Amino acid sequence: MREILGVPLPALLAQLVLGLVNGCFYALLSLGLSIIFGMLNIINFAHGAMYMMGAVLTWIALNQFGVGYWGSLLLVPLVVGLAGVAIERSMLRRLYGLDNLYGLLFTFGLALIMEGLCRYRYGVSGLPYAIPEAFQGGLDLGFMYLPKYRAFVVCASLGVCLGTWLVIERTTLGAYLRAATENPRLVQAFGINVPAMITVTYGIGVGLAGLAGVLAAPATQISPLMGSNLIIVVFAVVVIGGMGSILGSIVTGIGLGLIEGLTKVFYSQASNTIIFLIMALVLLVQPSGLFGRSESAS
Amino acid sequence: MERIAGMGSVALLVATLASAQGKPGISGDMVKIGVLTDMSGLYSDLSGPGSVVGAQMAIDEFGGKVLGKPIQMVSADHQNKADVAADRAREWFDREGVDLIVDVPNSGAAIAVSKVANEKHRVFIVTGAGSTRLTNEDCNPYTIHYTYDTYATGRTTGQAVVRRGGTSWFFITADYAFGHSLRDDTANAIKAAGGQVLGSVLHPLNAPDFSSYLLQAQASNAKVIGMANAGGDTINTIKTAAEFGINKKQTLAGLLVFISDIHALGLQATQGMFVASGFYWDMNDETRKFARAFQAKSGKMPTMVQAGTYSATLQYLKAVQALGTDDADAVRKKLGETSLNDAFVKNGQIRRDGRMVHDFYLFEVKAPSESKYPWDYYKLLTTLPGEEAFQPLAQSRCPLVTSH
Repeated sequence: MREILGVPLPALLAQLVLGLVNGCFYALLSLGLSIIFGMLNIINFAHGAMYMMGAVLTWIALNQFGVGYWGSLLLVPLVVGLAGVAIERSMLRRLYGLDNLYGLLFTFGLALIMEGLCRYRYGVSGLPYAIPEAFQGGLDLGFMYLPKYRAFVVCASLGVCLGTWLVIERTTLGAYLRAATENPRLVQAFGINVPAMITVTYGIGVGLAGLAGVLAAPATQISPLMGSNLIIVVFAVVVIGGMGSILGSIVTGIGLGLIEGLTKVFYSQASNTIIFLIMALVLLVQPSGLFGRSESAS
Repeated sequence: MERIAGMGSVALLVATLASAQGKPGISGDMVKIGVLTDMSGLYSDLSGPGSVVGAQMAIDEFGGKVLGKPIQMVSADHQNKADVAADRAREWFDREGVDLIVDVPNSGAAIAVSKVANEKHRVFIVTGAGSTRLTNEDCNPYTIHYTYDTYATGRTTGQAVVRRGGTSWFFITADYAFGHSLRDDTANAIKAAGGQVLGSVLHPLNAPDFSSYLLQAQASNAKVIGMANAGGDTINTIKTAAEFGINKKQTLAGLLVFISDIHALGLQATQGMFVASGFYWDMNDETRKFARAFQAKSGKMPTMVQAGTYSATLQYLKAVQALGTDDADAVRKKLGETSLNDAFVKNGQIRRDGRMVHDFYLFEVKAPSESKYPWDYYKLLTTLPGEEAFQPLAQSRCPLVTSH
């Protein structure tokens, strides 16, 4: 059996596949964050809490309303997106003219409230959610046993990422969204409803987090802590990829997932910190990130 | 005239200082108990607000007063950070007149607080953390390790699993004091019982995903995967293992499992698992009475940590009452001389190294069909007397013991 640095090749391949699964997750989460930051200049610290709300709402949908996984997949991101719209309309838009930091503080406070409420109601040990029947069991890939559900997560995340990128970069709506956030005054002069565009952007970004939450529900224990555990890593991904670059977050998310997977095999104690090490290095060499715009959005 | 006034004030000063020593009487005219715990993180379900409830129940049993002085409780969140825990302990001891600190889950935090307690000469009863370092390398005269430790749980479970045929092990270990302690204590027990350890992988505390570590465990072909972690980490390991179909060929062994974990995972996922514990709510009438009262206040059944916090607070107050003072040295000595019995502990004895030795139990998690009512999760397999369950004093690496 061939080995690389003492690790047998099949085991290494298996870890890379797992890294890919995690990477797709990071990509999906950092996509929403990147959209919100790139287009609205808001550092959305509530992103992790929205992800958590997506998972919790999936559980509630099943246990309180009898809505299964497939229904949740469609409904929950919508609900989370609408909640985001409500927050943006009522509170967030008052902070646009101010320093970045106010947006950060506000969304951070929001995250604490949401997590606190869920923790009060559900505790931290988590809520169980079964893998949907269609995806139970796994695929024998020869070098590893990959649960069908994880394979589905990869496909779904990649599909959504590609779809979002297409909408934003290749459709008229996307063009309006990008224009409205780059130069709101001019676009408003053309008669386009800029505030509505901004609201929609925030709603989409947050909805993506909610979708990630639905995808995560069967795979991880649904816990109020799940967002805060992940959000810092996702921020690092966005920073490395370049804030505001959608393609950057997708590519970086997947790439970092793979690197993290390799670290877990060769030196697992560093698996928590490797992403931050890379972030530090990237910031030293190229502060705007790997794919970012060189001018900082003000 | 001035000299008399001068001597009078010196005498007054000396008298004040002498009484401030607290040798007779209660310091600060109040007995203050601090519950330092993880209120919001991965250990908050096994201790957290439930530990506060437990301590309050003990205080309520005394009617809120001991020796005519009020008992006050304060609580704080150490956020699983050793420095935050140490700072809070220091503040409590120095500025707020706290006489006793209990709980402190997270061994790193507990070790840090034990050093502060030693420095300040105040009693610290660890009911939450598990590392055996607290009664070995890091032992001191003011720290009592009360509820359980990694030796008791790891060894009891490890031996039971080896006897059932689980002779080769792979560990998934939380990378800090507790995880290392649990892995090492269990590994020693396995080797002594004739098994072998094939490997180990370290994961950061609160790891978001365990698939990678489980895959390494699977690749090792060990018969048993030992989970040297606790709380949310154990729950996630078990859930991920089920998803990857690992428990079809390998057994998962939980080396520190709490009833809160079983409740979160459900019996379907955990049936047949061994649980070594110092307490179970449904063992006898006394435990049931305590547990129902606890449930009425907190909505859940108590874990051994929460029951242990209740017991430690109760025994501390009893010692203070018997002595007539809350002086730390006197109370510590009294606790060491008392045979401890209450809803949580049977035949408890606190040794010179600070270890509270008491009956320990091995349970098996019931299958869903065997569970007849809510929280009916365990069946008792054996009761181990304290001397068998805990590390013998002769093997102790505690300087207080070895220097004699």
